[in-house]
Amino acid sequence: MFTTIYILWLRQLKRFFRSKTRIVGSLGQPILFLFAMGYGFGSVFKQAGQGDYIQFLVPGIVAMSVLFASIFSGIEIIWDRQFGFLKETLVAPVSRLSIMIGRTLGGATVAIFQGTVIFLISFIVGFHPVSIAGALLAFLMMLITALFFTAVGTAIASTLRDSSGFQLIMNFLIMPLYFLSGALFPLAGLSGWMERIVYLNPLSYAVDGLRGGLIGVSHFGLGIDFAVMGIATAIVLVIGSHLFSKIQI
Amino acid sequence: MIEVKNLIKTFGKSNAVDDISFEVKAGSIFAFLGPNGAGKTTTIKMLTTLLEPTSGTIAVNGFDPVHDEREVRSSFGIVFQDPSLDEELTALENLRFHAVLYRVPKEVRQQRIDKLLEIVELSDRKNDIVRTFSGGMKRRLEIARGLLHHPKIFFLDEPTQGLDPQTRNRIWDYIKHLNEKEGITIFFTTHYIEEAEKVAQEVAIIDHGKIVERGTPDEIKKKANAGSLEEAFLSLTGHDIREESVDAGFNQMRQHRQMMR
Repeated sequence: MFTTIYILWLRQLKRFFRSKTRIVGSLGQPILFLFAMGYGFGSVFKQAGQGDYIQFLVPGIVAMSVLFASIFSGIEIIWDRQFGFLKETLVAPVSRLSIMIGRTLGGATVAIFQGTVIFLISFIVGFHPVSIAGALLAFLMMLITALFFTAVGTAIASTLRDSSGFQLIMNFLIMPLYFLSGALFPLAGLSGWMERIVYLNPLSYAVDGLRGGLIGVSHFGLGIDFAVMGIATAIVLVIGSHLFSKIQI
Repeated sequence: MIEVKNLIKTFGKSNAVDDISFEVKAGSIFAFLGPNGAGKTTTIKMLTTLLEPTSGTIAVNGFDPVHDEREVRSSFGIVFQDPSLDEELTALENLRFHAVLYRVPKEVRQQRIDKLLEIVELSDRKNDIVRTFSGGMKRRLEIARGLLHHPKIFFLDEPTQGLDPQTRNRIWDYIKHLNEKEGITIFFTTHYIEEAEKVAQEVAIIDHGKIVERGTPDEIKKKANAGSLEEAFLSLTGHDIREESVDAGFNQMRQHRQMMR
């Protein structure tokens, strides 16, 4: 069981670190957002009396890189299916659950790595976390978020037969999740319908938790953030492993 | 070693596999022949736990693929019709991954890997990423991988598809050698009927999901009054060209994959 989990975890890491283009590509978008948004909206944000936008934005950008990386890791199952490797793991005399756990941990590790790199890069643009303890809390939230979205990706990929659904997921799930999460704007004072959507979006709690840890400002409160993400992650892991165990080739 | 009784697999309204029964004796070489879309791969998927039968019973090494998945999976090695290697890993890493999943004891792991790499003549390429391999090299690596855990049964779904005659001969020589020396039961499909005629002791011909003929190559030739197994095959299954379902998503997938990297 543990060796199976380990070898699958290791595989995810090797695949990621070997693909230079994937590393650069996956960091490019968050960095672009960080610079363009950070400097672009900085003065407007300040004039509106909200303080330093970079401070506000960095937790949202860290969440972005974790979100993209972990969903992508989960979705990789479609490619393993298409390129045949999934069959090799599915006919092996090991439980599907341990395969799923290994993959999920591997995907989450890659996502945390990317989130951490973005976090470190943000120091260049002048970001500074309020406390070490807070940063550790934020790291824990990053871990939960990574597990959550890797499991979401796994669940989705387990039900897709080919890649045609992939763009659909990017455009109608990932981007809306991101833009309607409070990663880029404050949640206080949103209009009614938008507030409802944002409150239903798990990423809002992940971003809020990261923000609470990193800059000490949170909308829902850290307790609620961790409770919501913890419960949501547990549910999605169960659904994901169920769907994964039902895959037929 | 393999016993199949009244096996049926239905997709939607049509029966991909329509009430077939056959058995494969331990230590024999069994060829499963049929035109495209006849039900060969669907049958292999059911034998190897990848697909649940609609009805009928299967015993692989005495175990039922539906209920004793784990025992069945430990009993066989397989070379799939389509490639199933991780192309981003090296040959050695692919083999090690397999050895861990199949619990090959650590003490013998490296030794077996080295031996198999030598046999399939990939020792000097073992640290290369599989993406850089030719089709024949990938196939050879898959064969080595399928044998790593010393299976009792070896399934080969069109193992020589798209390979040159030299490589094909080499692969068959090795498979025959395995069968004779290790007593591994071989179950294979192929479109090269002359290969089946040369190698197989037992043949079953499947068409439209039904087994239309069974026996040794000689018996089948005699019954069909044909000079070669290929002639017999054509007279049994007709001369119409069959369509194989094409995976339309594949090319699109490649594009997305490139894009995301």
